[in-house]
Order: sequence, then structure tokens, then C-alpha cells
Amino acid sequence: MEVIVFGLNHKTAPVEIREKLSFSKSQISYAHKECINSQIVQELMILSTCNRVELFAVVNSTEESVKALKEFLAKFHHISPQILDDVSYFYTQKEAIRHLFRVACSLDSMVIGEPQILGQLKEAYNQALEDRSIGSWLTELVERSFHVAKKIRTETGICKNAVSISFAAVELAKKIFDKIEGKSVLLVGAGEMSELAARHLLSNGVTNIYVANRTHERAEELARQFNGQVLPFASVKENLELMDIIITSTSAPHFLFNKEEVQKTLHRRKNRPLFFIDIAVPRNVDPAVSKCSDVYVYDIDDLQMVVNSNLLERQKEAKYAETIVERFVEQFWEKLNSRNVVPTIVELTQKFEAIRQQELKKAFSKLPNLSDAEREVISCLASAITKKMLHDPICLLKKKSNCSNTAYYIQAAKELFNLDGFKRP
Amino acid sequence: MNVAFFLISLGCYFGAVFCHLMNLINQRVWARQWGNLLTLSGFIFHTLALIVRLWHSGHIPIANLHESLSFFGWAIILFYLVLEYKYRIPSLGAFVLPLALVFVFSASMLPKEIQPLIPALQSMWLGIHTTTSFGGYATFAFAFVAGIMYLIQENQLRSKKIGLFYYRLPSLEVLDDLIHKSLVFGFPLLTIGIITGSLWANTAWGSYWSWDPKETWALITWFIYAALVHARFTIGWRGRKSAYLAIIGFCFVLFTFLGVNLLLKGLHSYA
Repeated sequence: MEVIVFGLNHKTAPVEIREKLSFSKSQISYAHKECINSQIVQELMILSTCNRVELFAVVNSTEESVKALKEFLAKFHHISPQILDDVSYFYTQKEAIRHLFRVACSLDSMVIGEPQILGQLKEAYNQALEDRSIGSWLTELVERSFHVAKKIRTETGICKNAVSISFAAVELAKKIFDKIEGKSVLLVGAGEMSELAARHLLSNGVTNIYVANRTHERAEELARQFNGQVLPFASVKENLELMDIIITSTSAPHFLFNKEEVQKTLHRRKNRPLFFIDIAVPRNVDPAVSKCSDVYVYDIDDLQMVVNSNLLERQKEAKYAETIVERFVEQFWEKLNSRNVVPTIVELTQKFEAIRQQELKKAFSKLPNLSDAEREVISCLASAITKKMLHDPICLLKKKSNCSNTAYYIQAAKELFNLDGFKRP
Repeated sequence: MNVAFFLISLGCYFGAVFCHLMNLINQRVWARQWGNLLTLSGFIFHTLALIVRLWHSGHIPIANLHESLSFFGWAIILFYLVLEYKYRIPSLGAFVLPLALVFVFSASMLPKEIQPLIPALQSMWLGIHTTTSFGGYATFAFAFVAGIMYLIQENQLRSKKIGLFYYRLPSLEVLDDLIHKSLVFGFPLLTIGIITGSLWANTAWGSYWSWDPKETWALITWFIYAALVHARFTIGWRGRKSAYLAIIGFCFVLFTFLGVNLLLKGLHSYA
């Protein structure tokens, strides 16, 4: 029994191929049943997202199964197996476990740390459970990967910092105001990006949104969407002191806010901080405004820079996450292997016990006049001999349970002690 | 016995500072947890040391420089633990614990034997005057540390050079609030400390105020903090300005506490 992964992802295959190979929900269900029924694999779980199509399987013979899976996939999606050869990968044993853990932790994602993949994996898992294509091995492995993902999420910062411009704006607001609940936001101009940023602010607890736009209808439309109020474009400056966060995105060719005005506003609001998010190009806020203390001005480039450094931070955390994943891979691998050895050890002791019983019976039938105490001594003697003889082989098997050639030792033990009976010549 | 407890606590504090600095660098959850565990155990041993010392000497153990420094450090750790329990401000430990460690470590360098209380200090005022003063000093230490953290974070946000501290330090609002809370809490304590000192001076030296260097410097410190509190409530002095003043104020605190004792001679020179 071996765990394998066969598939392709955004790193190995372009979107033209990924889209051809992706599975719909009903297709997954069909494929699950088909592969299990035709005995290509023992257990199967198909994960199909826009960035990856992967088949996690438990098989008896790796090479045959990979070949069969490849053929199945090619036939299923009507593409030639040669194309699949170029874009797919397969991992076995430890590598397969590592791959699943990394996928679950979003270390293999296009944007490291993005949270969707775990949900998609859970969906795939539930589908496989429903189709009964998944057995004890994969169940344990996948459940374990969820555990690892949770651990990574809480112990590292790979999904902490914003990686989109509009989220970065919200994050910056939180670094300035801490809690943005109850803060007032002013949208000057109505662009797509400012709308997005406003939406994120809303979902983070901002309640007062004001919209000012040159065309009144558009302002009203936006205000309705955000449950906010319309502010006449001309009265923006008088009302500036009520605002905490100002998002500008007009196409005005000149600066809408200059240093002197903002300075005056600050006095009126007792120096409570102001945060300008200037998404417009050309810029709407004079860069000199940022010289006022307690005023922070971020233009589109600044926000991009924050995103970039957030990405770097995630990569740093990802390195640490990899070491944690590695620890879990080792752990799981050991467990799997010790499980490989355990049946052999059980068979071994059972066989020796059977021999002991048999020989004792023979001996006792030849010596019918023994007292109970004497029988006891002989029985103990036999037991001690078998135990001592088995001690070293069992220790060796346990010790070898997590090396690469475990299977070899298991095979050797089976053949040396003829554990499979007379099935093997 | 009290010295043994004191040294154990010093060891714990060293470990705690190490863990908190580790946490500042790589943000590992375990580093913070270990740091706080060590701080708490250090604090427990430190408290035991103070209690045993109080038991043996029969007076509040704030009567010489070793005892004052040790108590100062103890008060900072106490406030830190309360804050950590209530607010969990990120990276606060990495900034405030080294400061406490400096005081406790300097205390450990000084003679630690229990000395008999000199007659001038044998008064019920000793306990009240010293605990309120040092309580005030310890809260100002938090205003000081929060001021430093504020300036670092503000610099990161303003210069738009997003670095290590941007991710590690709390938001400006939280830091500004910490400065504010420390002042609101510490200022009355300092005021009570000065008033009780003055009442005590009247019974011990026969006059409420005698312009002893300690009194003078304490008054200057008091004025700085009074100005800071006042400006905050009236004209909205906050942010960078309060951060600077909180830092300057604490320099005066240190001079009132240590500088006066070590450099200037006066009625307060007991150390």
C-alpha cells in the first residue's frame, strides 16, 4: 500500500491545459466511482480548483497505477497522454504526504497563504467521503493535513498581511486607528478601486460613509450601496474635520487638498489623525500634506509598496512554515511505516506462539505424570525461548520501520519465517 | 533567603527578556508564551524576596538604593503583567522588560544586606511616600516606552519604509492611548508622593518644603507631566508631541531618582 499524488498545477501547466483537465462536481463523483470500481486504485480523492487538478490515491503498485491514472485522465478529458506527460507530476510516499500538507497549508499556492485552498480541499474530501472512494489511509492523511494547516495558520504569519491594494489600505488604517469601528470615511470620486476599499472598510466595521462626486447621480448610487450619505462636492472641505479616512479617486488634474487647509482642519479636530488614501492618478492630495503631523497620505505606489513588503514577509514566514510541515511529514511517515511493520510483528509472534503451544502439547503427551508445577516450569521455559529468539528480529523491524527500505525488511522477515504460509514458493 | 529569591527572579527576568526579544525578531508564539511564563515566575520570586525582606527588616524595603531599584523594577513588572493580561499589546514586553531588567540588575550589583533603618526614616510615612512615588515612576516608565514605540511606528508609517517594526508594533492609537493611560494613572501617584513627602518633611525636618535637590527636581518633573496632561486635555496635544514629552519626562524622573542621589548632596541622600 502506498500513497501517491498525481496531477498538475499552476506551476507546471498553463491555464489552457488546466481548464481542459478540470473536473466539475458531478464529474469528480463519476471519476471517483469509476476508478475505484475498475480497481485502478484502492482509495481516491480528486482535488480540482482553478490552479490545480490533483488525484490523491492509495495504490498497490505505484507504476501501474500512475500509468492507469494518466490514461484515465487523458481519456476522461479527451486529450493525448503525451501532453499530460509534459505538464504533470507524481509524488510517492514521503513526497506525496509532503505535497498534500503543503497544498493544505497554502504553501504551494500562487499567492502563498491564501485561505481558499483549505476550503476546496475540505470540499474534495467530503465529496470523496460521499462517494465512498476514500478509505482509512487517505482519511487519516487528509485529516492530518487539516490539522497541520490549522497549526501553520496560528503559529506562522503566512496568511497575516494583506496582499491586495485595497486590503493593504484597510490594514494601514488599522495600524493608525487600531479599531476602525465608528470611524468616518469619505469617498471623493467614485472609482472601482475606491469602491473596493470602501467595501473592505465597511466589512471591517466602518459605519459612516460619505460620498462626494461631481456627478450627483453616481454619488447617490454609491451612497445607497454603502448605506451612506451624499456630500455635495463643493462642501467637502468644510466637512473634512468630521472624517477620519479619506479615499480620493477623482480625475481632477490638480490637487484637491493642500497642506494649509489640512493643517487648519487638524486644529479643528484637535489633532486626531487623518488618513488619506489617494488612488487617483494624477494625485488628488498634495504630497506636502503628509508633512503635517498626525496626517498620513498613501498614494497608489505607496500601497503597492506595502503589498510588496507584505508578500516578502509572507515568504519569510513560509520558510518557517516549511520546517513545521517537514516535522509533521516525518511524524506521519513514521506512523505509516510503523503501521507497515506492526502486522508482520503480530504474525511473527502468533506463529511462534502456535509453535510453542504445539510442541508443549506434544511434550506433555509424552510425559503424562508431571505435576502442575513441573508443567508450569516447562511452559515457562518454552515461552522464554520463543520470546528471546524473537526479541532481536522484532527490535530490528521496529528500528527499520522508518527507513526507505522498510518494505525490504518486512519482505525478508516474511520469507525467513515463512509467514505467508505455503502461498509463497 | 531574600537574596536567593532575588537572584532567582533576576535569572528569570534575563530569560524573559531573551524570549521577548526573540518574539520581537521572529514573532513566534512560543517565545512570547515562554517570555511571559518567565516574567511571571520571576515576579513571584521577586515578590517573595520583598516579603521576606520586609519580614526580616521590619520596614518597607525601600530604604536604600538597592531596595529602591529593586522595588522600581518590581513595580514595572507588576504593571506589565497587568497590561499583558488585560490588553496583550504586541511587543510591549520586548521594550519594557529590558528597562525593568536594567533596574533589577543594577540593584543586584549593590550591597544587598539588610541595614538597620536610620532614625530619620523610622516613620509610617516611609511606606506611603515611597510606594506612591515609585508607583508613579513605574507608570511613567510605561509612558516612556510607549513614547519610544510610538515614534518608531510613526516613523515607519510616515516614511513608508515598511520594516520589521511595522509588523511587530501595535497601532498608533493603542500606543497613544497607553501614553495617555500611564499619565492619567501616574500623575496622581506622583502628586500624592510629593504631598506625602512634604507632610513627612514637616514632621521630620520641621518644614513642608526646604528646596532640597530631590524636592526641586521632583517638582520640575511634576510640572513637565502636569503640562503634558493639561495640553492633552485642552489643546489636543497627542501623538508625536506627547511621545516626545513622555520620553523627556522620564529622563527627569530618572534624574530625580538616581541623578540627585548620586550627584547632588541633600537631605534625601540615604543611599
